[in-house]
Amino acid sequence: MSAILKVDNLEASYGAINVLRGISFEVEHGGVTTLLGANGAGKTTTLRAICGMVKRSGSILLDGDDITRRATEDIVRTGVAHIPEGRGTFTTLTTEENLHLGAMARPNNKGEIEEDIQKSFEFFPRLKERRNQQAGTLSGGEQQMLAIARALMLRPKLMLLDEPSFGLAPLIVRQIFDILANLNRDTGTSMLLVEQNASLALELADNAYLIETGSIVMSGEADTIAADESVRAAYLGY
Amino acid sequence: MSELFMQQVVAGFATGAIYACMALSVVMIYQAIHHLNFAQGEMAMFSTYIAWQCMAWGLHWVLAFPLAIALSFVGGFLTERIIFKPIQRAPVLSHIVVFIALFAIFNSLAGFIWDFTIKNVASPFGDGSFMGSTLIGKHQAGMICATILMLIGLWAFFSFTRVGLAMRAAAANPESARLVGVRVATMTALGWGMAAGIGAVAGILIAPVVFLEPNMMLSILLYGFAGAVLGGLTNPLGAVIGGFLVGVIENLAGTYLDWVIESAFAGIGLVVHLHGMFAEIKLTIALLVIIVVLVIKPEGLLGRKIVQRV
Repeated sequence: MSAILKVDNLEASYGAINVLRGISFEVEHGGVTTLLGANGAGKTTTLRAICGMVKRSGSILLDGDDITRRATEDIVRTGVAHIPEGRGTFTTLTTEENLHLGAMARPNNKGEIEEDIQKSFEFFPRLKERRNQQAGTLSGGEQQMLAIARALMLRPKLMLLDEPSFGLAPLIVRQIFDILANLNRDTGTSMLLVEQNASLALELADNAYLIETGSIVMSGEADTIAADESVRAAYLGY
Repeated sequence: MSELFMQQVVAGFATGAIYACMALSVVMIYQAIHHLNFAQGEMAMFSTYIAWQCMAWGLHWVLAFPLAIALSFVGGFLTERIIFKPIQRAPVLSHIVVFIALFAIFNSLAGFIWDFTIKNVASPFGDGSFMGSTLIGKHQAGMICATILMLIGLWAFFSFTRVGLAMRAAAANPESARLVGVRVATMTALGWGMAAGIGAVAGILIAPVVFLEPNMMLSILLYGFAGAVLGGLTNPLGAVIGGFLVGVIENLAGTYLDWVIESAFAGIGLVVHLHGMFAEIKLTIALLVIIVVLVIKPEGLLGRKIVQRV
């Protein structure tokens, strides 16, 4: 399989503080790659760097296209859907308006967009019930579903997921990860997943990279990583 | 008394229409950059001069007004691009200084180009009473209708168009908006353009009432602020309702407050003559409205309290 996303020697900084010190990794076509690491290791920054939301250098190739110097809005237009930390819900807008916004980077084909909204309502019946409700009033789990549905409205080549389990009850987390696994299987959407919950992430992912203070310290197939003694001790807790 | 009362209410609505327009343009920019534009009134005044100049050159108002509004839109868009985009991350005080600078620039520029003598602007709606009514003149009726039509137009734009939704998203959550591909910077500039256009409408509507001169919008902007704060800075509809309310409150207070206070004193056996004092301090009432609202209900009548789950 070829890589849909190829990141090479990526560095990123907030002001004078260097957060990423030249990391390299890949996401395969139709695959799921996860970045693991402790708080502050640079996982979120990696996703933000890919989307052009922090100052960065190095090279980021999407499907062979260099997107390193592009603006966030243009990177989205190449088919990268980023679900940010905290889900990025437009809390004051309705559920349905949130979905419409997901299609903002697509050509304005009303019929197709409406069709896709109906599809997401089939996939997430809860969202249909709440279509005219202010999105900020949705529960955490519903907002995460909305974030995924909104990302799918782009018909993305690649989804960047920043801690989809954040702040959710274990049962809901399980549900969300099942949804992601089904999505990946059924639509072949490639995913780059950042997650604190390492065991769930390794279950979903094909490949994993371990980040410590801005550098990659270990990489391999998810199963191999999950079986590694030191990873077990440090991240899986058994 | 009821005849006078109705007359004051209707007249209040008519001036309220102007405040509503100003409030609306204030809210448009507040939504986009979360600052109150102190130069909004002077921009509107400048737009009105452009309309007047076009008519002085022989253009019919049917052409002159839309042209002035369109030019104002472009001017507002460029103002954001050239002046405010570079300082978007600057502290509040820097913004205020620039707003005041713009205020002074537009004010003195208008005086320099068109001098400070008052100019007469004819009403596009004509003079005389509205359909034989003793309560309302043609121009007043026109102002109210124009404001309501503009509000409906804006509501439709924000509710049913893709650009309108993108503008709301950019105002509500700029970072997320960028992540779905909304060009936030363009939306901000568009907001400025629209605010300038709405301000132009306000200026053109008020000019036949107060005469055109460089300081004509000074107090009107204050009323506009009062309307915007009263209705809620986050809600365009609230701003319009707030503007109308301020107009009515101001008129009623100016007419009746003397009488109310004199009667109250008479009730306890004191004879007091206020000599129409409250008609003179109408502007104070607008400022009082701002303060009272900010103390009691800071989000305004229709302003939304943001619901957020973290």
